[in-house]
Parts: sequence; structure tokens; C-alpha cells
Amino acid sequence: MLEPDSGLSLTIARIVQRLKGSSLHSQLERQARVSLHNPDIKLESLKEDIKDFLKTSGWEKKLQNAVYSELNVFPSPCHPAAPPEHMKEPLAYMRKAQGSWEKRILKSLNSMSTELSIPLAQKRPVSEQKELLNKWNEMGTDEPDLSLFRPVYAPKDFLEVLMNLRNPNYENGEQPSFRNHLGLIQVPLKVKDIPELKEDFSELGLNIGQLGIDDSSQVPPEFFENEHVRVGQKGMDLFSSVINFLVEQDSAAAQQYVRQGCPTALRADLWALILNISNQPEDILYYEQLKSNVIQHDLLVDSLIYKDVKLTASNDDYYFVFEDYLYQVLLCFSRDTSVLEHFTYSSATPPKSYIRGKLGMEEYAVFYPPNGVIPFHGFSMYVAPLCFLYHEPSKLYQIFREMYVRFFFRLHSISSHPSGIVSLCLLFETLLQTHLPQLFYHLREIGAQPLRISFKWMVRAFSGYLATDQLLLLWDRILGYNSLEILAVLAAAVFAFRAVNLMEVTSLAAAEAVLADLSTLKVMPLLQIFLFATVT
Amino acid sequence: LRIMAGKVKWVTDIEKSVLINNFEKRGWIQVAENEDWNFYWMSVQTIRNVFSVETGYRLSDDQIVNHFPNHYELTRKDLMVKNIKRYRKELEKEGSPLAEKDENGKYIYLDFVPVTFMLPADYNLFVEEFRKNPSSTWIMKPCGKAQGKGIFLINKLSQIKKWSRDSKTSSFVSQSSKEAYVISLYINNPLLIGGKKFDLRLYVLVSTYRPLRCYMYKLGFCRFCTVKYTPSTSELDNMFVHLTNVAIQKHGDDYNHIHGGKWTVSNLRLYLESTRGKEVTNKLFDEIHWIIVQSLKAVAPVMNNDKHCFECYGYDIIIDDKLKPWLIEVNASPSLTSSTANDRILKYNLINDTLNIAVPNGEIPDCKWNKSPPKEVLGNYEVLYDEEMAQSDGPDRDLRSRSGQSTGVKGNRARDSGKPVLTTWK
Repeated sequence: MLEPDSGLSLTIARIVQRLKGSSLHSQLERQARVSLHNPDIKLESLKEDIKDFLKTSGWEKKLQNAVYSELNVFPSPCHPAAPPEHMKEPLAYMRKAQGSWEKRILKSLNSMSTELSIPLAQKRPVSEQKELLNKWNEMGTDEPDLSLFRPVYAPKDFLEVLMNLRNPNYENGEQPSFRNHLGLIQVPLKVKDIPELKEDFSELGLNIGQLGIDDSSQVPPEFFENEHVRVGQKGMDLFSSVINFLVEQDSAAAQQYVRQGCPTALRADLWALILNISNQPEDILYYEQLKSNVIQHDLLVDSLIYKDVKLTASNDDYYFVFEDYLYQVLLCFSRDTSVLEHFTYSSATPPKSYIRGKLGMEEYAVFYPPNGVIPFHGFSMYVAPLCFLYHEPSKLYQIFREMYVRFFFRLHSISSHPSGIVSLCLLFETLLQTHLPQLFYHLREIGAQPLRISFKWMVRAFSGYLATDQLLLLWDRILGYNSLEILAVLAAAVFAFRAVNLMEVTSLAAAEAVLADLSTLKVMPLLQIFLFATVT
Repeated sequence: LRIMAGKVKWVTDIEKSVLINNFEKRGWIQVAENEDWNFYWMSVQTIRNVFSVETGYRLSDDQIVNHFPNHYELTRKDLMVKNIKRYRKELEKEGSPLAEKDENGKYIYLDFVPVTFMLPADYNLFVEEFRKNPSSTWIMKPCGKAQGKGIFLINKLSQIKKWSRDSKTSSFVSQSSKEAYVISLYINNPLLIGGKKFDLRLYVLVSTYRPLRCYMYKLGFCRFCTVKYTPSTSELDNMFVHLTNVAIQKHGDDYNHIHGGKWTVSNLRLYLESTRGKEVTNKLFDEIHWIIVQSLKAVAPVMNNDKHCFECYGYDIIIDDKLKPWLIEVNASPSLTSSTANDRILKYNLINDTLNIAVPNGEIPDCKWNKSPPKEVLGNYEVLYDEEMAQSDGPDRDLRSRSGQSTGVKGNRARDSGKPVLTTWK
């Protein structure tokens, strides 16, 4: 029987453990030492005085933000006796499925390497290193021959795997009927219904002002945005009772604030605050080091990245401008071993590769790629929208990395987590089947299972499908609620919005056509109508 | 032939689908040039003939054309600069606050055209200026050409020797418009986005010059260079780096036929607001509106304000890295060719909205009408400047615009770019 606060003390112990090695820790120590010179610090009350000093100088807030960040990212620990796999993924059959999927991907990558006679990794000759360094800011103009490369997998391949997921302990002998789930996902995970979602997303309610609706031209702007902006901006006139969290750099308050959307001018700073990114000199140095890793070694995945960018972002009306930044971010990302940390709470495991000739010998095993993440078709679209907010490469990099290890990794790994892609798919299908049963049944009948269309939207977190300003409003809420469930809700809302047209189609192709262009959609009204104005 | 009386009869010598589809959708009837026509969308060569002293003809009240007779006062590079310089000097002479200069002698509000000289006429003046900054780069543009033709960059005097009036190697270069060039200081610190240089193409419709009434199309776009911008001198010859004309970019290796290297102005706004903040972005767009209106005011006195005419200009603007907009040139015949699907839609809508304003209700025009269309027909146009309205409101406008500034009302800022607002800014 667990003691009531053992969960809490476990959490505290873990956070202390993690922060102990961090640069924040050494900075705090240094600050504390420096403060000893301060005449206000008295020997008799040393501990209290230093604590007060750290509070007034803003260092306590930095510590708070770091703790808050840890809480956001790491799940609460389970039973102390539970093995570490359980933090990754508690359900055995999910772990197994993820493992098989990973084997397939790695096999595909290895065979590509063999077929094309390109090693997974090799050192670059010096002349090539020089050339790459010169071209670093314009890799987009490079035209390597990518015709032989194919993406390791595309979202639809992944969907096939998810469709075949089964819980071996769950016997569903009955014939599929309307009482059962009629969608593609056939695992019994718990997902929320609309009343629960309404509660969780209460800040999106109809009577609460939202950026993205209430700042449109019909409503006089001074009525809403300035109010919402006043709360956000430093130095503007504030009501004394409102906390100016940007000045005070309060991560938690920022997270609460963005649930109603960010004003465009403040978004970059707010996201950085929530993700706890401060772009310190050591961060910039770390990025430069990654860059030199890229220069020195050539990885097979680099070609996959090039190919992906050329196929997706380069052709995108919004993001083609930032093509070069995408290479600068993604090539460095592949070499970043700090990303390996996220595997402690991800169901995925980084692929291992062996030095030539030493297959199977653990001493010669390395993670491949160094960050353990093999990119798939569309991966670069996770980075692209961020280019609208950050034009300094090292900051852009850190923001993306943090977004990946907090959110995006869940969209392409098999787990039971409520924000994992499996749960999102099930949530989407359940919402649709429950609230638009006629539509769902019709689409199923004509061979157009809704998930077949919406899957790619959710895997990409809608990047490349929505107009950028709308996408950013959507990602505001992902950050604000620390959850990806909103993606499933939006997907269902889109179907609801186009229901009339969808009821008239008679084929999958026609259904795809109705839903091909989402660039005119306004995200917030769709979400509000679906959650709060639909009869449940 | 009288059966169709009541339907607008149109002619064009520009065979572009975005035009023709618009005429046909209105049920207008195509006729030949020598027949009775009501609406003629002409090329700039044709307008020269229509209004020329020898071959020209009088237009009747029910005939409209899409160019002003002497549009070249604005659309020829050398004349545009000449008119703006003249306008500034006039304002200075009357002691207008608009003509105020800073401690370096630069106009505070009217310095929006890069330093420009005519060649060969101003050659010596140019040399003097060049010697002040010998490391600067200058761009040579032929006065009478378009689409980036004949443009080149120089950074050494020797490269333009033949325009020197006392050059022994060339005979005295005739002043004919064919060989006249303008040379402007090249903006070598353009704002880069994603490391790429771009310029802005904005469409402006003028229905009358006196009083000035003009509209700005909300859906302008940015044209990106496909090759990375570098100010390095070795790349001066690489026109793909420096010129953003689509006609040139289209032939580059990296030209993409899906987006055509174009961005909407709203993308630009989103990017600038997100990375630079709202105030500086609003200021930039205000300045862009301002310089367009000032350029029109500069030529208004010399324009033949023929009541049969309207004109849709293509304004080319470059933004530098201090977020200052520069007027590069104005085109009388902005390209109606579509380089991508999006482009085609944009130009189709542009013509549609233009026709709705120029030919009210799509009916046979009467050029004596007051040229004041109701708000509902503007489509994607918004009023940029209406001189009549600006003058009639007078002191009241000062109050409204002042309050408009302080609460940051988004509204129609463009309307407030007239003189009265400037004095309140001061």
C-alpha cells in the first residue's frame, strides 16, 4: 500500500536529481556564493537571507520555471517497484508493437544503405567539409541527386500498423455493430467525450474572448485584444491586480494565458517562456558544436532530410522561403544526443547500429542517428511554422527541439498515452461516430473511413494544411493545455463543418477532394462550435 | 446590330485570359477596334496612338480606356524621379512641413526614392556622388524597358564609361529615349527573409488625378529571389541574386511552379509582426501607403486627367533591413501573365475588382460620372487616398486620426495618410 505522499516525494526526488546536473544548478550556486559579499546577508540567518536574495533577484523564478518545465514533460512516476519500461509505456502489447515497428524502419534504412552502397555514417573529406561550411546558409541551392532515395516511411504506412494493433487480453468476439467502434482503431483505450473535453478546454468557451475570433474586423479591436495584450505586454498600463508574467518571467502563468491565444507580436516570447528556452551562451555554443558535427560527418539520414524538405516545405506557399533554415535545424537535430533523454518517457527506443564488422557486439553499438530519431515523410513540417517566429538559428533550433521532445514525438510512436497518436485517432473516431453517426456510417459505407483522411493532418499537427496564422493559434493551445488532444477535436470539427458536402460524395477520392483544401478554415470558431455549440 | 444595345462593347489588344474571362462573365460583347466600342483595355503602345496629336481621335462620353495619356510621367523611371524631385522642391519653396529636412540635408518624409541620376545628362553629378562612396553599388536601368531587361549593376566608374559626355570612345550619345538610362544607388541592405531578398508588388488603381482618388489592392505579394542574396561583388553579374522580376527568376534553376517564389503580403505581415513587433510593422505599412500617395501627388499636376481614363499600376517596392520602404518603380502595364495557379486567381480577381470600380454596374459607362463607387463594389481594393474627402473633412479629421493612433485602431489607416495627419504626427 503506497503512502499518500510517496508519489510526491518520488517526483521531488526525480526533479532534484535531474536539475542537479544542469547549468541552472551551477548558476544558482554561483549566485548564492556571490551574494555572500552582499552586506544584507548575515551569517546568523544565512539560509533565509540567501533564499530571499534569490527570490528578489529573479533566480527563484528561473528555478520555478525549470521545475514547472520538468513537471510538464515528465509523467508522474508510477509505483516505485515498476520497471523503467513502464514510464515509457505501461502496456506490454503497445511496447511490443512499437518494437516491431522500429525493427521494420531500421531494416528499411539498412537495406537502403546496402542497395545504394552508402554507409549510414562516414567522415567527410576535408574539401567537402570546407564546401559545406561555405554553403551552410544556402544548402537549399544544392541539388544533390536524391532520385534514389525514398522516405523511410510515410504516414499512411504508419496508419496501417496502427490499424492492426490489438490488445491480446481483449476478446472482441462480437460482430462489429453500431454499438461497437466502427473505426480503424481497434484497441480499447480510454478517450474523453465531449462533456469531459468541454471541461478540460473550458477556456475556449463561447463566452470567453479568443484571439483568432474576437480580434477579427467585426469586433472593434480595442474591445478585446488590447485587454488581452495588456495583460501580456511589459510596461503597458496594467490593473494592479493582474500579474505581469512576461516581466516576471512566469512560465506557468504564460501557459495559462496562451489558452486564449497569443497576440502575434508576443507569441515568440511566450512560447520561449513556456518551453523554458532562454538562449544562453552555452546553448548557442552547443548549437555551434552540433553544426561542426554536421560538417565533419555525413549521415545517410541527411539525404532523407534533404529529400523531405524538397518534397514538402520547398513546395509550400508559406514555408518555401525558409528552406535553408530547415536544413540548418534538422541536420543538427540528427546529431543531438541530448534528444536521447526523451526516450525515458517515450515508448520508442533509439535504433542501434554497429560499427562495421562488429555486428551484435554491444561495445561497438551506437545509436543511429545520434539523436535516435529517424525522419519520415513530412517531418520537416514540424519545424517550418516555427520559422515565422524565430529567425535566429540557434533559438529556432532549441524551440523546435523542445517542441519535439514534449509533443511531436508522440505523433509517430505507438503508445497508450492520451496525447499519443493512437489515442488521438481513437478520440477522433469516437467523437465522429458519437456525434455525427450518419456521416460516419455513410463514409464507412463508401470505403472512405474518416481516419484515412484525417490521419495525416494529426500526424503533422496540421502543419502544411492550415494557413500559418491559424496553425499558430492551434499550436498556442497545444502549449497552453500541454496536450495534443486538440488535434483530434479539430479534425472532428473539420468533418462536422464539411458534413453536408461529405454526405453527398460516393467515393474515397471524392471525400478526399472535399477535404483537400483546409487553407481557408478558421480554427477557433470551428473548435468552439464543435465543443460548445453542438448538441450532445 | 442594335439588338445588343445596352451591353458594353469591349476591345483589347492584350490577349490574356484573366482579362477576357472577366469581360465575358459580364456578358460584354467583343468588337473590333474600328467599331463602336465602350471599353478598350489597351497596351501602352496603343494608348500612345489614341492620344497622339497626329493619329489620335476624340473619345466619346461612353468610352473608357485603361491608361492615362501621359502615364509615363509616373511609369518611366527617369520622369518619375524628375517629378518627385520637382514636387519636393515645390513643397520646400512653399515652406511645407512635408519638405522638412534633417541635419544631413535629407528629406525626413519624402526620401523614398534611392538617389538617382539620368544618364548621360547628369553624368557629372553622378560622378561627384559616386566619389563620395566609392565602394557603393549602383544599378543601371534603361528608361524605356520593362521586365528587368537591360539592367545591370556597376561598382566601378569604368563600367559606364560610354555614358560619359566627354568620353573619347563614344560619340555623343543621343538623348533619344531608347538609350537613356537612370542610375540609382543600389539598396545593398535589403531586408532578407530566410536569407532571401524580395521585393513587393502592390497594385494601385487611380480613377482620377484631380481630385486624386486612388485605391490599393489588399492582395499584393512579395517576389523572392531564388538564389541566396549576397552583397559580394563577385555575384554582381548574377541577375538571379539581385533582380526579383519574375520574368528573370522564372529561368533560374530553382524556380518553383507551385508557389512561383511569391508570398502574400499577409504572410509578410505575420512574419514581421511575429519577429519584429506590431508597432514597427504597422509603421512600415503606413509608410508604404504614404510613399505611394506622395508619388501620385507628385505627378498629379502634370497628368492629363482625361475623364475617359483610369489606370491600374504595379508598384515595386523594396524594404531595407531598417524596415524602410523604397519606391523602385511604377509599372503602367503590370503583367497579366500567371506564373502559378494562385497567381491566375489573384490576377483574375484583380481585374474583376478593377472593372467593378472603373465601369460601375458593368453598364455602358458615362465618363462624366463622379467616379465615386459605393463601398460594396470595392472587393479587395481599399481606399488609399481620396482627396475630395480629405479636404472636406478638414479639422474634424485631425481629431479622429489622432484618437485613431493612440488606441491602435486597425481600421483604415490608409485613409489617414493625407497631410492633416502628418501635422498631428509632428
